Amino acid sequence: MGIDFTWEYVVGHFNYWLFSVLMMTGLYIVVAKGNLVKKIVGLNIFQTSVFMLYISMGKISGGTAPIFPLDMEIDPDVVYSNPLPHVLILTAIVVGVATTSLGLALIVRIREEYNTIEEDDLLLIEQAIVNTENALHGKSMGGRA
Amino acid sequence: MAVDATQHVAMTFTEHLPVLQVLVTFVAAPLVVLLGSRQLSWLIAFVASAVSFVIAIFLLMQVIDGSVISYHIGGWAPPLGIEYRVDATNAFVILLVTAISTIVLPYARESIKDEIPAKHHTLFYAAFLLCITGLLGVAITGDAFNVFVFLEISSLSTYVLIAQGSYRDKRALTAAYDYLIMGTIGATFFVIGLGMLYMVTGTLNMADIAERIADQGSNRTVRAAFGFIVVGIGLKVAIYPLHLWLPNAYTFAPSAVTVFLAATATKVAVYILLRFTFSVFQPAFLFEVNTLEYIILPFAIVAMFAASFIAIFQNDFKRMLAYSSIAQIGYMLLGISLLTETGLTAAIAHLFNHGITKAVLFMGVGALVLKTGGSFYNRIEGMGKIMPWTSAAIVIGGLSLIGVPGTAGFISKWLLVEASIEKGWWPVSVLIVLSSLLAVIYVWRVIETLYLKAPEGPVLQKAAPLSMLIPLWIAALACIWFGFATDITLSASRSAAQGLLAGTAGMM
Repeated sequence: MGIDFTWEYVVGHFNYWLFSVLMMTGLYIVVAKGNLVKKIVGLNIFQTSVFMLYISMGKISGGTAPIFPLDMEIDPDVVYSNPLPHVLILTAIVVGVATTSLGLALIVRIREEYNTIEEDDLLLIEQAIVNTENALHGKSMGGRA
Repeated sequence: MAVDATQHVAMTFTEHLPVLQVLVTFVAAPLVVLLGSRQLSWLIAFVASAVSFVIAIFLLMQVIDGSVISYHIGGWAPPLGIEYRVDATNAFVILLVTAISTIVLPYARESIKDEIPAKHHTLFYAAFLLCITGLLGVAITGDAFNVFVFLEISSLSTYVLIAQGSYRDKRALTAAYDYLIMGTIGATFFVIGLGMLYMVTGTLNMADIAERIADQGSNRTVRAAFGFIVVGIGLKVAIYPLHLWLPNAYTFAPSAVTVFLAATATKVAVYILLRFTFSVFQPAFLFEVNTLEYIILPFAIVAMFAASFIAIFQNDFKRMLAYSSIAQIGYMLLGISLLTETGLTAAIAHLFNHGITKAVLFMGVGALVLKTGGSFYNRIEGMGKIMPWTSAAIVIGGLSLIGVPGTAGFISKWLLVEASIEKGWWPVSVLIVLSSLLAVIYVWRVIETLYLKAPEGPVLQKAAPLSMLIPLWIAALACIWFGFATDITLSASRSAAQGLLAGTAGMM
């Protein structure tokens, strides 16, 4: 099942290219950035890319909003988009907002306790705690992870 | 969906049990917040959890013979409506979740008094109830997107519960943050997988997806969906290379939370993995067989050894148990990747038995922490003499963790060895026995610390209260009980395994 990368194929899947780019951008930010707030931003971009995937798949070319006319007389020539993925993504957006707010709340608490939100500094502080613990309670293996 | 073509409208109370299973704890959570009373909140949480437990028993009794209950939410028939589908597999998981939560709540009452400031107790119980709701919802639903929604309900409340450990150790906050990042990536991968399945099949009902994939066979999108779903759930299960969130989350969470999470959360995630590998995708699907055999199986074996090895070199009892959990998840994945009926039976039985075993051990840790203020080995030296009941229960749990005959852990490990020999993979069965020997070492370290060393330094005279000892011993006796009365666990796991292996037929 080979794919020939014709112009039409590339342009026709424009949404999906963007989805992939956004998804990898988000994931890269989560992994590469040391600042905890930036990680949450990356996570948001990552989740937003999924919204795009779902909304794209519900769209039918030439399709209109799936709302019945008031008189309920449905013109068979009108094509409607699939509303289900859009509804699903409403739920996913709510989940995303909840995750973001919880993440930010945790960052506020981390800032209060550690006085920093940079991952490198956090690791140093935790390593110092582990070192004092090991001095008190004997050596252990495994470290932070 | 020919079998379910008749319109099903639940009329009697008993027919509504599947939805009540989720609703009881779900309604109790806001009730706890609105009433805002510290004494009442514990009572409401406990009653809600106990009612759920009774419902779970009724449901399991109805489906243990292999039959299936299909409940249509709001009377909308599947595949359009959301369906709750109870069969032997998820009834068993639901029973585990509700049983553990009902045992943990009386224990939590004293334990969190010591570990969390009093003003947060009401909200703690609300989050705890939401976590139960999420786990039950994940287990009971027959709708793929519903799994994601309930998974996020349970995960978000789990992050909150873990962060509550920050009053004892501030590292609970970073542990919760790490888990939040990794858990969200996992859940998002899962949703991407679901999206691809929806693209291919145009439906979200699991049984319906299974039927349509079977009709059109495998293609690239289905394979990508399978990959995304396995990696996403793998993060929640803590499959070996994706386990990094687990040790810190378990170590720094409040004791009662660790007990509940270790005994249920990863087990429910294993259940989702089972549901998707066997009921949604078909075991006949070659790509899946290859994934299980060449990716999951090696990682399971690596987990069994590497995590056990790290567990041996810990200086903290609680962290040691966290690493041992990763190793034990390896046994479950091994049972799944054998792809035989005995293997699956072993995996499901181990899921249940390990849940009880870890509940005993983490409850024991919580009692030790309450008394000594820490779970480091040199803090708990000689506790066998000072806290004989707690220590004896820990020994029972430890024996079950190793898999000594006469305990619950033996039954499932025996089945696992039997399954791998049956499959002809005798080196795997040797590895199972060898990795159990590693468990002997780390459990022995605990027993040696508890019994063979003299207590060191001044001990806070704060005896473990009866409300902690009784749940601890109920769980410890359950470890022994399920080591002898094997027919309950085995018949339930066997009919669950048969249902899963029958693929779509099992779902119908």
